[in-house]
Amino acid sequence: MLRLVFLPLLLIGAILFAITIGRYPLSIGDIVSFFQAMVGLKPMALDRYQLLHNIIVEIRLPRILGAGLVGAALASSGAAFQAVFRNPLVSPGILGVLGGASFGAALGILLFGNWALIQLSAFAMGLVAVGVGLLIANMFGQASMIMLVLGGMISAALFTSALSIVKYTADPYEQLPAIVYWLMGSLGGLDMTQIRWAAIPIAGGLVVLALFGRALDALSMGDDEARALGVPAQQVRYGVIGAATLVSALSVSLAGMIGWVGLVVPHVVRLALGPGNARLLPASAFSGAIFLIAADCVSRSITRSEIPIGILTELLGIPAFIIVLRRARQGWT
Amino acid sequence: MMTAVVTAECLEARDVHFRRGARIILDDINIRLHAGEIVALLGANGAGKSTLFRILLGFLKPERGEVRLGDRPLAEFTRRALAQRIAYVPQAHVAPFPYKVQDVVLLGRLAETGIFRAPQAADRRAVEEVLERLAIAHLAPRPYTEISGGERQLTLIARALAQGARILVMDEPMTGLDYGYQVRLLQHLVDLAGSGRSILLSTHNPEHAVQAATRIAVLRDGAIMADGPPADIITPSLIRALYGVEVSTLTNAEGRMVIVPAMERVPSTGA
Repeated sequence: MLRLVFLPLLLIGAILFAITIGRYPLSIGDIVSFFQAMVGLKPMALDRYQLLHNIIVEIRLPRILGAGLVGAALASSGAAFQAVFRNPLVSPGILGVLGGASFGAALGILLFGNWALIQLSAFAMGLVAVGVGLLIANMFGQASMIMLVLGGMISAALFTSALSIVKYTADPYEQLPAIVYWLMGSLGGLDMTQIRWAAIPIAGGLVVLALFGRALDALSMGDDEARALGVPAQQVRYGVIGAATLVSALSVSLAGMIGWVGLVVPHVVRLALGPGNARLLPASAFSGAIFLIAADCVSRSITRSEIPIGILTELLGIPAFIIVLRRARQGWT
Repeated sequence: MMTAVVTAECLEARDVHFRRGARIILDDINIRLHAGEIVALLGANGAGKSTLFRILLGFLKPERGEVRLGDRPLAEFTRRALAQRIAYVPQAHVAPFPYKVQDVVLLGRLAETGIFRAPQAADRRAVEEVLERLAIAHLAPRPYTEISGGERQLTLIARALAQGARILVMDEPMTGLDYGYQVRLLQHLVDLAGSGRSILLSTHNPEHAVQAATRIAVLRDGAIMADGPPADIITPSLIRALYGVEVSTLTNAEGRMVIVPAMERVPSTGA
């Protein structure tokens, strides 16, 4: 029982702590009395309430919730892709979703310059890229594992070169820096409306992935074995690819490219809880959320101007991965 | 719990034909597996054993002919209904993730619970039972990736038993096992057949077929060239035809057949 509520409680703790971080000092007590006032449990002076509402609800909460959603989506989809491809080194970008979304975002910056359209374009191109990858993989009959990996590689390469074309044609003073900045990943531009839109499909996708947990255990033993165990291998694979692509494409459209979360978090969780996907997938979602909220706290408090979150996850992820490798090595042979 | 039928249904391939491109892999195969039988499928590499297994398990569709389970075509069963009747024991392999032995065996219960339901106490009891039956209960908490090849093979057999299926299809189960495990495994197969299960296994070793099988089928170039009781099938001329070596067969005092390769030996020094 304690194990079931540990990660959710830790996540709530992380969110509360993250709200206190920032230029205007807030204590946990301030936050608690603000939320009490918000639901009408406790009175609060109007100007104080408006100040706190502005800081908490309009400035800090969107990026904290955004970090949580993106971290959960990347970690959970990473763990799911690792099971589908029977390879613990696979990251959510395996089927080309990141390459496609980058191209989509860059195209959006070039053509529209409007944030909502940029996000929509990133999301759509992420899906298109995975579609292209699957199409290539299935070109010569039913796709095998290796064909899926190759299809994803080809699709990612295609969209990366398309991204280069967009960068080359972009205006070097306004658009190009915007593209480069977007590719580094950022949680700064989020507001509550975007969070509300993205939260439902991401949460839905995470639940679907967790439901497939046991089937994924069987699938990670091989297609024939999964079938012999009564698991419809092909349907499970495409169901999981669909849900994982949806949540990772949404996460990229919210925050740009944030690397390493989808690789490192599932590894750490696997070492702590074992490889069973029924527990690994939900636990990775919670841990990914906590990790990215914490990383975001560092990114906006370590220097006067914030460090792009994508750079930070890379800096934090690489040493974490090296430490994990030392222990995980034994499990892979 | 194990509520499946007591005896296995008959698994039967009728005039099964399969081609890959222009190459004929299986040419009008007829083979039956009855309850309580251990049928050993002998054949060189590339004779079509794996393809035949994949067709019998419903992973591949034959180009012509059909596979029947009981009185129905295999194609009429759902994946899950099939898994409750036929279990597949692959060659011991390495899993990409270090699942515990008990969790690998628990996967066998998926056929019963369905993929979206969590395993219940009854499923865990069924796992304990089969682990004890195969005398590997002590392995339960160990990672599957860290046990020996023989232990892995037994784990995969335990998973097949946890499935509750009465028909076991085993792909070269003896490969890579040491002598002790080979003998123990053969004994397990005999015990399982004694409890009404039927077993189809492929093997490269005619000795194993002779020791455990109730029937031997010989697959050569995609056709069944012989099918019958071991004593009738295993002859020096068949071994010569299959493997290109000379042997003699003996019958020991208990009436069991022994195969002795006819080969020259280093002359004894008389020391």
